[in-house]
Amino acid sequence: MSYLSIQDLSVRLRNGLPLLRKVSLDVKAGEVRALVGESGAGKSMIGKAVLGILPRAVRLTGGKILLDGEDLLALPPKTRRQRIGAKAALIPQDPLTALNPSRRIGPQITDRLVDILGWKRPEAEARALELLEEVHIQSPGRVMKSYPHELSGGMRQRILIASAFAAEPKLIIADEPTTALDVTVQKQILKLIREMQERHQTALLFVTHDLGVVSKISQSLSVLYAGKVIEDTDVRAFFDAPRHAYSKALLAATPKYTDPDGSLMPVPDNIIAAVEREVAAFDAQMNE
Amino acid sequence: MSDLIYQLKDLKVSFPDLSQKPLLGAAPRTQVLKGLTFDVAKGDVLGIVGGSGSGKSTLGRTMIRLLEPDSGSVLFEGSEIAHMNEDDLRPLRKKFQMIFQDPMSSLNPRRQVGGIIAGPMRLQGFDNLSARVNEALEMVGLPKTFTNRYPHELSGGQRQRVGIARAIALRPDFILADEIVSGLDVSSQAQVLNLLEQLVRDLGLTLAFVSHDLSVIRRLCSRILVLHQGEIVENALTANLFSNPQADYTRTLLDAIPLPDPNQVWE
Repeated sequence: MSYLSIQDLSVRLRNGLPLLRKVSLDVKAGEVRALVGESGAGKSMIGKAVLGILPRAVRLTGGKILLDGEDLLALPPKTRRQRIGAKAALIPQDPLTALNPSRRIGPQITDRLVDILGWKRPEAEARALELLEEVHIQSPGRVMKSYPHELSGGMRQRILIASAFAAEPKLIIADEPTTALDVTVQKQILKLIREMQERHQTALLFVTHDLGVVSKISQSLSVLYAGKVIEDTDVRAFFDAPRHAYSKALLAATPKYTDPDGSLMPVPDNIIAAVEREVAAFDAQMNE
Repeated sequence: MSDLIYQLKDLKVSFPDLSQKPLLGAAPRTQVLKGLTFDVAKGDVLGIVGGSGSGKSTLGRTMIRLLEPDSGSVLFEGSEIAHMNEDDLRPLRKKFQMIFQDPMSSLNPRRQVGGIIAGPMRLQGFDNLSARVNEALEMVGLPKTFTNRYPHELSGGQRQRVGIARAIALRPDFILADEIVSGLDVSSQAQVLNLLEQLVRDLGLTLAFVSHDLSVIRRLCSRILVLHQGEIVENALTANLFSNPQADYTRTLLDAIPLPDPNQVWE
């Protein structure tokens, strides 16, 4: 039974330009699914649609988003926001802009417990301390009283992970959470996300453009091109033999330090042309 | 030793730490580069790698004298440039150029591509500017019609090509490329790396390539300098560094790279 099930989700710019083209995907409880694609492919847009934080310039034009079996789009806005707040959370890309620079860390974690779940302050603070320990922060008491600028990028990302897991959501959307970090810190953070996700049996939708990261974190993946899912498969099958020609080309363009003479092949023009044709044919079919 | 383009000796750079500045008086200084000594041979493609805060960008910027070192010596083609004044540096500047990380913020949004590429050449007193601009565009694989485009009309990969064209138009001996592919998709990244490799070969350039990504560095560089907290922890030929890394930090870096391979296990 999928915890998150997206069915034929379409999103367009206000001027009608399609951004997501009937996207369907499922994430089961305890599963990590990666969303892969180049910039502009619509990977973050899917996460935003699920969380109900689409930018004003776009609108949702069709499809269903089932969270825990309930169609979010059929709910009145207020109920929808409450459901999402209680059941889903986001780990954002840039830990510095996601934290309020003028507030201490403690209240930034406890707010969601107090506001969304109606906890009392002291309870929430005790829980925040526990969470900071869970994400391996050495002196949680001191960190609670710190301001974001006093902490390193890795520490800030740990805090956002703690805060995402605070209200025990069953779905987490991670939007390129390690792109701003250097590789050694990235490794620690990926391991931490995986550890937390397994412990809490969370469904995790992990947005990334890095196929190396995909192979470390996820069990399944959806490859997007121009807002269309062109391949939906499990990780082992994908890295053994990607089915779609574009996925193959994407994998060939990814550098590998273990492959000394591996020449890097940019995605060839004929493959771009073919996948563009595929998208155009799909659009034509939709307009009939 | 005429085949060395750079000789650096005991290079030290520090920045004032303003977060510790007392109300009156100077801020204490943080040592960023702690006495680096190495040479760069002509025709080398030197990879400079390290984590954030390791000093890799500071090193690059000191080599092309965008920063002045506290002490130590920087010999560029035999002349000491560590503390040279700007008037004496000006004629040398066309010999060492830089390509920047973010092509959006390093290209003037109000100028067209032709003007952007011609700018440094005009300052350096070059003639035949439009012919040289066209030639530079051709070398980076962009059509001549791009001279009339604005940066916002280009894709990320195309913008980075314009940055490369601006640097090579001056026919420099040395180019510093600071994280120039980290903002690009893998496909554009592959294109830019292939282009850079070809230019190094065709123009006989010496290149310093600053990056945090050892996979990219392996692809391009002949020699690698590993920096950690302002010190060189390893300076080795590329093949040796990957087959037999000497420093613990190099091994940590290698282990941390996520390979596109589900069989790689992270303990």
